[in-house]
Amino acid sequence: VSGATREDRILGIVQRTRDRQARFRDERITMSHGAGGKASQSLLEGLLLPALGNEALAALGDAGTVSVKGVALALSSDSFVVTPIRFPGGSIGGLAVNGTVNDLAVSGARALALTLSLVLGEGLEAAELRAEIDAVARAAELAGVQVVSGDTKVVERGHADRMYVCTTGLGLIDPRSSLSPSGLSPGDRIILSGTVGDHGMAVMLARDEFSLEADIRSDTHSLWPAADALLAAAGSDLHCMRDPTRGGVASALNELARASGVGALVRESDVPVAPAVAGAAELLGIDPLYVANEGKLLAFVAPRSAERALGALRAVPGCGLAVEIGEVISEPQGMVLVETAFGGRRVMDLLAGDPLPRIC
Amino acid sequence: VKFVQEFRDAELGRGVAGQIRSLVESGSHYKLMEVCGGHTHSIYRYGIDGLLPPEVEFVHGPGCPVCVLPMGRVDDGIAIAREPGVIFTCFGDMMRIPGSRGSLLEAKAEGADVRMVYSPLDALMIARQNPDRQVVFFAIGFETTAPSTALTLVRAKTEGIANFCCMSNHVTIEPPLRALLDSPALGIDGFIGPGHVATVIGAGRFQFIAEEYGKPFVVAGFEPLDVLQSVHMLLRQIASGRAMVENQYARVVPWEGNARATAVMQEVFELRPEFEWRGLGVIPRSGLKIVEAYSSLDAERRFGVPGVRIEDPEACQCGEVLKGEIKPWECKVFGTACTPERPIGTCMVSPEGACAAYYSFGRYARERGVAV
Repeated sequence: VSGATREDRILGIVQRTRDRQARFRDERITMSHGAGGKASQSLLEGLLLPALGNEALAALGDAGTVSVKGVALALSSDSFVVTPIRFPGGSIGGLAVNGTVNDLAVSGARALALTLSLVLGEGLEAAELRAEIDAVARAAELAGVQVVSGDTKVVERGHADRMYVCTTGLGLIDPRSSLSPSGLSPGDRIILSGTVGDHGMAVMLARDEFSLEADIRSDTHSLWPAADALLAAAGSDLHCMRDPTRGGVASALNELARASGVGALVRESDVPVAPAVAGAAELLGIDPLYVANEGKLLAFVAPRSAERALGALRAVPGCGLAVEIGEVISEPQGMVLVETAFGGRRVMDLLAGDPLPRIC
Repeated sequence: VKFVQEFRDAELGRGVAGQIRSLVESGSHYKLMEVCGGHTHSIYRYGIDGLLPPEVEFVHGPGCPVCVLPMGRVDDGIAIAREPGVIFTCFGDMMRIPGSRGSLLEAKAEGADVRMVYSPLDALMIARQNPDRQVVFFAIGFETTAPSTALTLVRAKTEGIANFCCMSNHVTIEPPLRALLDSPALGIDGFIGPGHVATVIGAGRFQFIAEEYGKPFVVAGFEPLDVLQSVHMLLRQIASGRAMVENQYARVVPWEGNARATAVMQEVFELRPEFEWRGLGVIPRSGLKIVEAYSSLDAERRFGVPGVRIEDPEACQCGEVLKGEIKPWECKVFGTACTPERPIGTCMVSPEGACAAYYSFGRYARERGVAV
């Protein structure tokens, strides 16, 4: 067996392992399983999908689709456990509304109604709760959606960190939409609606663990106007949208590339990062492409409609910095490549867990 | 970040890459070892290897303090973390490193109070804020981080903070380099030297590599242009048949080293008779322990640790990979028994380890080799 053949054989084994559904073999849940990286993937593909698997769930979109008597609906649910509950630019109440509205929006659906479940810790101050319910109401009004049902539970002190909020949203899939989480096609342009990393970095700094002060605000807001503009401008040439929340742009692109059996190429120098976010990320040794956003979307558009889509998106308030950051490529399948600002290329893989800062 | 942008200028980078190409003699192959994990990170982060001609190959060396930590020491740390009342603090990238039975992250999931800190002084702060708890700092790193641990211990002693202590896993850079260089099958043509370590101990301390072993050595900075320029300097030495220590990172690194940092290290630490390295085995006089005068702040003395040596698995060939003797895929367990999700050896542990990088990016890297 010649060297090259053996190397090929081994790389083949590696590739088959990567392509296989991830297995869940951990003995306990660690923080990594909630970070949106490889550990989350193994939990999803190795435990949840095998037990609950059906076509709608297996698509792994931000929302599931249900057809009721010929009407296409989108259904999405999300839990919010952010700490601290208030941070520059937003708070848990507004986040809970926007998060679910956005999961529906990037699935091509305008939110019709929300449910709101509150898990409150014993001892939570009434003023804090009132402020968060106000934030829910404001965000719902801005997004044009009503809270139509809810639930409240209180747990003993120490069992919940002040408050957790869960929202579920029902949306009507827009007739212009032909979106699919596996709809990426080689040549598609990748459009990003603005700067990356603002939300995650704002929350990280608000925790006050780093003695770093910077003027960074969360970008939490409704993405329906952006989704609406893109649907109007590109119609069926808009192949997929995703809001890159936990795990950031890097994780979202990896998930979509894997689901679609294509690759993605990102030009790092075209990705907008606010200077304060870039500075804080540099100091903390964290790549902004892995940091969470709560008011940004990625859109995958056929080349002939890309320019029109980008123009329409830029006209939406809050999306003035929208930009094309790369394109979908046919090889390597399931991988995301980055053309670095320095001119080199690298693979941008899913992280194993949280983006832990480096020491060296 | 403004002041670093000039060291990330793509056009300047292409210029240096061109100069490197002109130094490459056709038919020859250059294996350059970057000693420090920080350089490995820069090489991946900026895709530097993709800018170089295929004749130039990077070999990732033993300078990642997380990767070289043996499993037995991780087990000892976890044993302390599980002691009642302990707040166990460590750097972030230490949390996922597997011991023989799980990582600190898993110990945390089982109830241990493990917290990530950015500096040992943060750990000392936690001790001040929690006077009723024992706060332990798990110290790792080369001469780069050892002075800040030493300084923290000095401060803890001065302030009389009795609920703080430190488990030292600090190591020194010279012994593993000698161990590598003494290996008969070593296939390394030159070294990219660790810039951060050199700021403490001085570029001059690496003279032995040029004088005793006849290998070119360039102390390098961590920006992409720094790395490229260092490659250029190494190839120039190789082309002219010279072997010397050059200092590419002179804007930061002195020839003589930092006297204050060295002094505080000497006050707090002394060499252990021997220390185990993952992948390299036991190396004499390569690890730092806390001296008698600071013994009350030594976690190993305060808590009885198991101190069991866990052998690297027999099938693991990390040592040979680290020395550049074999390529990752030539290891017997690569990609089958040893994967990034379930690593056996050190090179698969950190995402920047040679094997983990090859596992994730190998196929693509080869395609690039053909395309260039």
